[in-house]
Amino acid sequence: MTSLPAPAQKKLGLVIDLDTCVGCHACAVACKEWNDGGDFGPLPDDDPYGAEPHGVWFNRVHSYEVAPPPREKAAASSEARGEPVPQMVHFPRSCLHCETPDCVTVCPTGASYKRAEDGIVLVDQDKCIGCQLCAWACPYGAREIALPHPKTSASDVHRKDSKRGTMQKCTLCVDRIYNETLDERDRQPACVLACPTRARMFGDLGDPDSAVSKVVAERDGFALMPEFGYRPVNRYLPPRPRRDGSNTAIAKEAAEEKLDTETLPPLLRWLDKALSR
Amino acid sequence: MKPALSVIFFTVMSGTGYGLWCLLGAALCVGTYPIAGNGILVPLLFGFVLVTAGLLASTSHLGRPERAWRALSQWRSSWLSREGIASLVAYLPMLALAWLAFFPRGGSGVRIAGGLLALCALATLWCTANIYRSLKTIRAWRTRQVLPLYFAFALLSGGLWLWTWLALSPYAVIGLAFPLALLALSVIAAVLKTDYWRRIDAQPANTAGHATGLEALGQVRAFEGPVTEESYLTREMAFVLARKHSAHLRRGALMLFAVLPVAGIVVALATGIGWAALPAALACVAGLFVERWLFFAEARHAVAAFFPAPLA
Amino acid sequence: MPHKNLKLNEPTGDEVKTTTCYMCACRCGIRVHLKNGRVRYIDGNPKHPVNRGVICAKGSSGIMQHYSPARLRKPLLRIGERGAREFREIEWDEALALATQWLGDIRARNPDELAFFTGRDQSQALTGWWAQQFGTINYAAHGGFCSVNMAAAGMYTFGGSFWEFGEPDWDRTKYLMLWGVAEDHDSNPIKLGLGKMKARGAKIVAINPVRTGYASIADEWVPVNPGTDGLLAGALIRELLRNDRVDFDYLVRYTNAHHLVIRDPGAADDGLIARDAKGKPLCAVRSPSHRPGEGRGPVVSSEAPLDSGLRRNDEQEQLGFALVDATQPDIAPLIAGEYTLPDGRKAVPAFQLIAERFLADDYAPENVSERCGVEAQTIRRLARELAHTAFEEAIELPIAWTDTHGRAHDTMIGRPVSMHAMRGIAAHANGFHTCRTIHVLQILLGAIDTPGSFRYQPPYPKPAPPGNKPAKSRRPDGTLTGNPLGYPQSPEDLLVDEHGAPRRLDHAFSWEFPLAAHGLLQSVIRNAVEGSPARIDTLFLFMANMGWNSAMDTAATRKLLCARDGHGDYRIPHIIYVDAYDSETVAFADLVLPDTTYLERHDCMSLLDRPIGDAEMAADAIRQPVVQPDRDVRPFQDVLLDLGARLKLPNMVDADGNATCRNYADYMVRHERTPGVGMLAGWRGADGSQQGKGAPNPDQLQRYIEHGCFFEAKVPEAGAYYRMANHDYLQWAQSMGFVGSTEPVTMQLYCEVLQRFRLAAQGHGAVQPPEPQRARVAKYFDPVPLWYSSHGDSAFSLPPQEDGAAATDGAPILARSPHPHRRKAEEDFPLSAITQRPMFMYHAWGSQNRWLRQIAARNVLYVHPRTLARHALESGDWAWIASPRGRIRVEVCAHAATAPGTVWTWNAIGKKRGAWKLSERAPEFVDGFLLNHLIGERASDRAYANGDPVTGQAAWFDLKVRLEHDPEPRVPGHRLEPADD
Ligand SMILES: Nc1nc2c(c(=O)[nH]1)N[C@H]1C(S)=C(S)[C@@H](COP(=O)(O)OP(=O)(O)OC[C@H]3O[C@@H](n4cnc5c(=O)[nH]c(N)nc54)[C@H](O)[C@@H]3O)O[C@H]1N2
Ligand SMILES: Nc1nc2c(c(=O)[nH]1)N[C@H]1C(S)=C(S)[C@@H](COP(=O)(O)OP(=O)(O)OC[C@H]3O[C@@H](n4cnc5c(=O)[nH]c(N)nc54)[C@H](O)[C@@H]3O)O[C@H]1N2
Ligand code: SF4
Ligand code: SF4
Ligand code: SF4
Ligand code: SF4
Ligand code: SF4
Ligand SMILES: [Mo]
Repeated sequence: MTSLPAPAQKKLGLVIDLDTCVGCHACAVACKEWNDGGDFGPLPDDDPYGAEPHGVWFNRVHSYEVAPPPREKAAASSEARGEPVPQMVHFPRSCLHCETPDCVTVCPTGASYKRAEDGIVLVDQDKCIGCQLCAWACPYGAREIALPHPKTSASDVHRKDSKRGTMQKCTLCVDRIYNETLDERDRQPACVLACPTRARMFGDLGDPDSAVSKVVAERDGFALMPEFGYRPVNRYLPPRPRRDGSNTAIAKEAAEEKLDTETLPPLLRWLDKALSR
Repeated sequence: MKPALSVIFFTVMSGTGYGLWCLLGAALCVGTYPIAGNGILVPLLFGFVLVTAGLLASTSHLGRPERAWRALSQWRSSWLSREGIASLVAYLPMLALAWLAFFPRGGSGVRIAGGLLALCALATLWCTANIYRSLKTIRAWRTRQVLPLYFAFALLSGGLWLWTWLALSPYAVIGLAFPLALLALSVIAAVLKTDYWRRIDAQPANTAGHATGLEALGQVRAFEGPVTEESYLTREMAFVLARKHSAHLRRGALMLFAVLPVAGIVVALATGIGWAALPAALACVAGLFVERWLFFAEARHAVAAFFPAPLA
Repeated sequence: MPHKNLKLNEPTGDEVKTTTCYMCACRCGIRVHLKNGRVRYIDGNPKHPVNRGVICAKGSSGIMQHYSPARLRKPLLRIGERGAREFREIEWDEALALATQWLGDIRARNPDELAFFTGRDQSQALTGWWAQQFGTINYAAHGGFCSVNMAAAGMYTFGGSFWEFGEPDWDRTKYLMLWGVAEDHDSNPIKLGLGKMKARGAKIVAINPVRTGYASIADEWVPVNPGTDGLLAGALIRELLRNDRVDFDYLVRYTNAHHLVIRDPGAADDGLIARDAKGKPLCAVRSPSHRPGEGRGPVVSSEAPLDSGLRRNDEQEQLGFALVDATQPDIAPLIAGEYTLPDGRKAVPAFQLIAERFLADDYAPENVSERCGVEAQTIRRLARELAHTAFEEAIELPIAWTDTHGRAHDTMIGRPVSMHAMRGIAAHANGFHTCRTIHVLQILLGAIDTPGSFRYQPPYPKPAPPGNKPAKSRRPDGTLTGNPLGYPQSPEDLLVDEHGAPRRLDHAFSWEFPLAAHGLLQSVIRNAVEGSPARIDTLFLFMANMGWNSAMDTAATRKLLCARDGHGDYRIPHIIYVDAYDSETVAFADLVLPDTTYLERHDCMSLLDRPIGDAEMAADAIRQPVVQPDRDVRPFQDVLLDLGARLKLPNMVDADGNATCRNYADYMVRHERTPGVGMLAGWRGADGSQQGKGAPNPDQLQRYIEHGCFFEAKVPEAGAYYRMANHDYLQWAQSMGFVGSTEPVTMQLYCEVLQRFRLAAQGHGAVQPPEPQRARVAKYFDPVPLWYSSHGDSAFSLPPQEDGAAATDGAPILARSPHPHRRKAEEDFPLSAITQRPMFMYHAWGSQNRWLRQIAARNVLYVHPRTLARHALESGDWAWIASPRGRIRVEVCAHAATAPGTVWTWNAIGKKRGAWKLSERAPEFVDGFLLNHLIGERASDRAYANGDPVTGQAAWFDLKVRLEHDPEPRVPGHRLEPADD
């Protein structure tokens, strides 16, 4: 039902550490692989070997260049080039499983819905008519429509051929996290298990004592574009301040140091240095 | 937003149809509609053609048209669902009218059916407008002008067609109050739309820094997008239209949906030549196609801010 | 009813098999989930030592590699012209018969006419052995164009290496310096490690002209100018020395810092280590009892002026100095001063020579700052941070251990400073010395194999350098006396003829590139065409895309592959190529042998090859076929053994000429390199109870499969650190067959081996370089690390400034006048152009992958915004990037986190139209580009290959370019205009 469920205790979601993410795309591809062959798949690719390769992904990784506000001189390394050091931030983007998202309420068919029990936002592929209104309603770009007629290619022939034309999105791996056919350890989203820097965490953000809630609290995890009032569940941990060491005591020492001609040249100092082997 | 032809066709054509039904129905309701029988039936059916063509076109926007019926279920929360229902309900008074039109004594029935038709048409327009109006992600569509504009445009173009029929029908009614009302309407539409354009031009675009929540760190610029080629999001929602193009198109639209109709009306009133109504109506519809294309093309979706700015 | 068909308990597949990933060389453990006999899902094996369950973008997309339309399906025989991609599919019997005939004739005639080179391959334990049995010296793998500078510099300095032969102590290090690393082989382990460091809040410093990936998350980014790291590291060393921030005791315990170096200019042993009768190195110790004149023990002669300008006051002159065996424990060696040897000649401790080099003003922060693009003050701070972390934040672990002198220690002191370096250092013509400089920096800090520092991964450390030398001759049965590759230790070990000319096709181990431990794959095609030193008959390539991204001057290389001689015959008569996919190089083969994918074959990651373990454990692994080929392809390793048997190569057939091994799987189990030592270390011995050494075990593979296709042997705790001199470790290593003895490994702060070659260049010894090479060898075989400009011989010309004009200042190192022609060239081509690995693509292979190519189907040239502005360009414009080798039309894009004098792009995204079964209009050809076309295969002086003069390492990153305008900057489209010559 596209009317939102009463706010539930359990809020499953992801926490993504922008301080650690190196932008390797492992999460994006693991996601594509899990879901392409899974129950919410396929995630069709249009023209996969052609001029305009283009397909459905539930998780995509951006990268941003951040020019810090100019600082006073005597700072970081590339001050040699007289400008603040630009920072690069990698930014994975997938469904935030918002608490009050319009992507659910605008849906005319009830295909787009939010689970009462854990807050996961899903699309029922059997109900969706592909009107795309939910995608229009999502400010986070989490929804992508499976093109009705992907140009199939040699390697497509085997794939379960469902005439798509429906809206697809991150399922929070609902088909993994409760899956009793998987080892306990593997009942986590594919992207989380894949992440080589362990910059992705999964858990219940509704429970203040959960590991994810704790790290969000201690690292000031933030929600994206709160002004829409969708109340995202997923949180991003901001990049920690980069400690380029330029304003530490050691830096001052280095700055103030002047070559005093008093001390012996090192080799003379070492002449009688007796060492123990 | 990438202008979707099916949706443009739908909103323009059905809009015109509902506008026509609305005015026809209202006129019948208050009893100011001058003619009966075929005099009712013809515009009624013309409206039917416009509305139905538009609705059918809109389903081609769907990935799964054969499931369109499912869209009727979520009227509690979804304007699209409500629009679907309203558009279907509107057929009932329309059919009733078509039937009653031939009863000499059908007076009160026609009045009631007419009134209902007018209400249903308005309701459908209201839903359509709200589908866009309700999207928080698209600033341009959150502006006050959107709702009145949908009504104004529908009534204007529908009205021009109704008037054209009256003028060209054997009864050859040009009248005075009605064309003057249309004239006022086109002026109002023109004013509203120019105001809309002024406002959206003033709207600041969403920024990468804001979208990513990284503003605090400094000036944020998208370096590499997730893919080097197009994706659904960049195609559909990061569509940008060069300013200079939009300026031309805006002028063209104004000319077509306001200036020419006004001219047509003036000529018709001055010379009494009913034929002047036809080009006015045609121009208006053409103008609405341009206006509706711009309505999408000029609307920036919040998600576009995540992506490297496409070269304009 | 909401979501009727929501299935929460679907099994992933109907079967799971473990194996080893090969979407890159990292070799992670994977679980392949099969559904109806097809691959449904691949994820990381949580138990695997390499990746601990994580999996990268490449690994997850392996499924689409396996089902790639670009896969070859049958052996191919060329019917059209070379390069025209016209083939006839043939049967394996025909293919193998043909290959056998070609190779058979060669072996009968002269085995060296076979050039057998392998690329991204990890069966060097097999291929090297095969080449040895065949008897050709012309064998190498891809390391020569990869990172041999790192391997060689490390092996000759401390018997280990960066690359994947060692790693930072991820759990304990407090400060990591990443020198020129974007991704590296240890793809997932490095990411796991960086994740751990981030979690602990340890500081990461990225030294790199470009800030992306790892550098993005680093606390500090040092945008060094390409090729100048040696100067930067040297300046750091200088700061440490000046401030006495050196772990002196570490030096005398584990390095040759105190060994006395003979100072007798002109003598045949000048610069060699002074040794006693037993050949033990000598060092000086103070012996107060002895007085000058007593003739007992040499003394410092007061009259002899000390080169080091050391003056001793009278009181000191009275003191006596004994020269003793430097390797014995519990002595108090001296590390400075000049001493007189028994024969009256002078000698100084190695450390003093190091100190003299780096204390020179050449390396003063002020003097390197401009060239490196790093502020002097930043350099000083970094040096202080290193020292602070190493000494003030030292770690002490309560781990008891015994050193190689039998002394028991109850703790382990740690210097928690670690470094990792890779191709940003390696891929320059000064990479060997730069890498050695970085090692010296680590060693001075006492930061090799201590808690928190850089650590060896078993089977390393090995002696520095390891004992194996390149084989030079053949036995009567035609086999080589040893492996064709190795570590030369003196001119006698070179492969040169009586005139000192190269014997190998790639000129490795010649006077051009004496320490080319991995060969020079990048020179093979050109030399084969030029017949230098001699024409060959067959070029046998495996898994190296020499027709494209692994070639320099690619356009020219592609011409060379088709070059004909006077009689109209191809100059390279036969080319056999083994690939699994329809790569660019396939087009040039006469015979194509299609390989399986990594999911369809047996393979082994052997300890005899490149290690997969980490510092805590020795590990090896296998691949098992998890699916059967649906086409007529065969595993290359099986084919190679089959060929060997058909050729009746020694050890590949038994007495009655039958193949000794059924296939590679059989070989992996039964082959013994030396008695008890085979390809796999796990479950050896008839009953599988032994590890490391032991008789072959028939069901060894079964045991591997049961265990997830890998084997791990934990290093005993007492052997955790100080492995160069840790008896507990060395004993274990010996039991595993990694080292021959438990002798300590002495780190070569001063590299005596280099001096042996230099002496030859100075006219000493039996084997000497030909005249033209003498100066070059004498210059670059400096036993003390040095820095020189990696751009040809203009060692001291200025780096280009971002505005293209050369900087001017009076710093000593810059004072020496540059060669005018070089300076000209630098003004013409002021920008450095480099490439980076995209984390989600593996060289050429990724673009056939429908998922990976969506992430990047084209590459652009990234340029600093100011550099763009100066060229009146903006992001999205198309312009030309030009070098002396030609020019390419590319799309430019601003990147502020790039050093202004540097431009860069992602490596190997651009493809050749027609390859990889991509459509004619794929962005990979229409818009993307390959930078290699602009990289000269010859160095600027053209006399030598474009590589490091010590190792031959290809200098990919010494490329200099300029940006040129295009009349229609907004019209897209890539174009190549090679230089016409
Ligand atoms: N400009 C520039 N050029 C570079 C570099 C750079 O940094 N910049 N890096 C250099 C370095 S370090 C290296 S190592 C080289 C790498 O370049 P190459 O060694 O050429 O490596 P790839 O191109 O990845 O792969 C070579 C071939 O292996 C084939 N292959 C893949 N899987 C299999 C398999 O299972 N079996 C068989 N038989 N073949 C297979 C692929 O199809 C491909 O044709 O590039 C070098 N070139
Ligand atoms: N995903 C992926 N992983 C791979 C590979 C791949 O193709 N894809 N290839 C594998 C192979 S064969 C190899 S050899 C390794 C190579 O692993 P890396 O050494 O990480 O390879 P590169 O991407 O060439 O990284 C070179 C880095 O050095 C920087 N650099 C260039 N010049 C200089 C310089 O003068 N000084 C400094 N300080 N930095 C410099 C570049 O900006 C770049 O960041 O990666 C292996 N792993
Ligand atoms: S896998 Fe982890 S590190 Fe890689 S892009 Fe995703 S979140 Fe970032
Ligand atoms: S992120 Fe978008 S799709 Fe996901 S719940 Fe929020 S609004 Fe809906
Ligand atoms: S596309 Fe599907 S899920 Fe989205 S609103 Fe339309 S019907 Fe609902
Ligand atoms: S949670 Fe599952 S579906 Fe969502 S992004 Fe991660 S892998 Fe994809
Ligand atoms: S790093 Fe290499 S080996 Fe490991 S999963 Fe990725 S591709 Fe496979
Ligand atoms: Mo490499």
